[in-house]
Amino acid sequence: MAGKPEITVKNLDMGYGSFVLMRDLNFTVNRGDIFIIMGGSGCGKSTLLKILIGLKEPSRGQVLYGGASFWETDPDERERIMKRFGILYQQGALWSSMTLAENIALPLEHYTDLSPSQIREIVSLKLSLVGLAGFEDFYPSEISGGMRKRAGLARAMALDPDILFFDEPSAGLDPISSRLLDDLILELRNSLGSTIVIVTHELASIFAIANNSIYLDVESRTMTASGDPKKLLAESKDPTVRKFLTRGAEGGEMETS
Amino acid sequence: MTNEKVSIENKLSFFQSPEGTLIIQLRGDWKIGNPLPSADEIEKKLTAGARVERVGFDTRELKAWDSGLLTFLIKVKEFCSQNKIQLEAEGLPEGARGLLKLASAVAERKGARKEIKREPFLSLVGAMAIEFYRSTIEMISFIGEATITFTKFLVGKATFRRTDLFLLLQECGAQALPVVSLISILLGLILGFVGAIQLKMFGAQLFVADVVAIGMVRVMGAIMTGIIMAGRTGAAFAAQLGTMEVNEEIDALKTLGISPMEFLVLPRMIALVIMMPLLCVYSDLLGILGGLIVGVGMLDLGLIEYLNRTREALNLTTFGIGLFHSAVFGVLVALSGCLRGMQCERSASAVGYAATSAVVTSIVSIIVATAVITFVCQVLGI
Repeated sequence: MAGKPEITVKNLDMGYGSFVLMRDLNFTVNRGDIFIIMGGSGCGKSTLLKILIGLKEPSRGQVLYGGASFWETDPDERERIMKRFGILYQQGALWSSMTLAENIALPLEHYTDLSPSQIREIVSLKLSLVGLAGFEDFYPSEISGGMRKRAGLARAMALDPDILFFDEPSAGLDPISSRLLDDLILELRNSLGSTIVIVTHELASIFAIANNSIYLDVESRTMTASGDPKKLLAESKDPTVRKFLTRGAEGGEMETS
Repeated sequence: MTNEKVSIENKLSFFQSPEGTLIIQLRGDWKIGNPLPSADEIEKKLTAGARVERVGFDTRELKAWDSGLLTFLIKVKEFCSQNKIQLEAEGLPEGARGLLKLASAVAERKGARKEIKREPFLSLVGAMAIEFYRSTIEMISFIGEATITFTKFLVGKATFRRTDLFLLLQECGAQALPVVSLISILLGLILGFVGAIQLKMFGAQLFVADVVAIGMVRVMGAIMTGIIMAGRTGAAFAAQLGTMEVNEEIDALKTLGISPMEFLVLPRMIALVIMMPLLCVYSDLLGILGGLIVGVGMLDLGLIEYLNRTREALNLTTFGIGLFHSAVFGVLVALSGCLRGMQCERSASAVGYAATSAVVTSIVSIIVATAVITFVCQVLGI
């Protein structure tokens, strides 16, 4: 199952100013992985995601994409790497002045020479994939939060990216939509071979789709576990990891008085 | 006051057993809003006299309770754990026991509490100087980036949506006409009145036309339009971009490899640079109309006479200086609005701050630019 290394993180420290959020992160995401970044609130999951997608520079260390160090390479190479990304932001981050169709069409217009009619077809396809067929001419303000998220996913998939990043994809979705999203993520990986990196707390999703993960521990400020979450649940001895994966049922008392 | 004291004392009493157990008896209503005893009394009781090994509660006469009781219990619990005294919560109501357990279920995270440090004066001055340096560098690099982006636009390599530009042209132009009309006519009237009072003393009423025409066309029309656009459009730009920053829309553009400078700032800059001179000409005309109302209505000047005088007072240089002012103000308002919007942090209050800051920056830069242009015109003798 394990493909070639797609993302390699080496000795990464991250923080804001002099404040260190996480230190010494080392992990590899292989091609075709569904990789979960998990950890308690405020541990730096979203910050790590920002570093991986090129929005924030790490304090130290490297992020390698197929051998090229993202933060040390030249801007052209960095842009080439970023073209391989599709990103679903926490709230969808749709451009509010554009319709859903225009939102999805923009990456296609920017990076391809497709004709307007071809772009329209692709837009309709992507919207159908996320269950929003017929919503082409709606503005983001006219649809619900869950729909915005799905439209954001359609935009993230516009260019059939090699690597998809998801920031809390299930947050704010009803259980059925959440399940459908999990199915879609699995389908994307199986049919397109995409590598998928997800920041989430949603245990049901984690166990249903992930084959690799890291756990960021807020107390020790580093990653304390990595690997298949199902294996971690079965084998990990780390109390904080067990506590997280069992919703507090194991891994020590909830009471710390 | 005395009644209150009595009622507080009635709520709390102590009983100490010879085995070293202090029983705290709680009575009456322990609800927020009622006068409640302080936990300091427990502290006094525990530290004075014989050593207390355990603390227990008797709540048989406790009638009602809420968070008022819980805050008291938490303090007692903290004091007991500090002094290694065993706390026996069995005597408490079951609900209070549960909430007390819940309140201490998750220990306070190390380093989570903010320390309030009083910075020395010199350190504050230093921090402010560093912040000023940082914001100046940020502003200069933003202007530099905007210049590069504008150059890219001139050679046809900038990416932005034409429909966005047309919408912005409409927003900055046609939709601003009502407010520009009102302010410009009033400004013309004011200039006319002020001039009329002074000039009437010398019997030179006719020169009101000169005062209004030169004043409006050379500088006042451009300044007023600039200030209106700073308050109306500059603030709107900052709020729009600030909200986009909050909603991660700008991040989405960046990660897609689309420059926010080209996609968002450039069309706004172009729209204002095109529309400001047009609005300025419109404002000049309405200002002259305002002056004409004063001249014809109050000073009994003839309509044709006033218009002829206006035409004689004006020349192309004056008109050109006014247009130059307005084009510069267009750039300044667009840059200030966009800069503050792009600098916006991720909160609702930050969007408000960005809008306010955009207006202040625009108006200050308009006044400074006017001073510079006036000085240069003076040196050039125009």
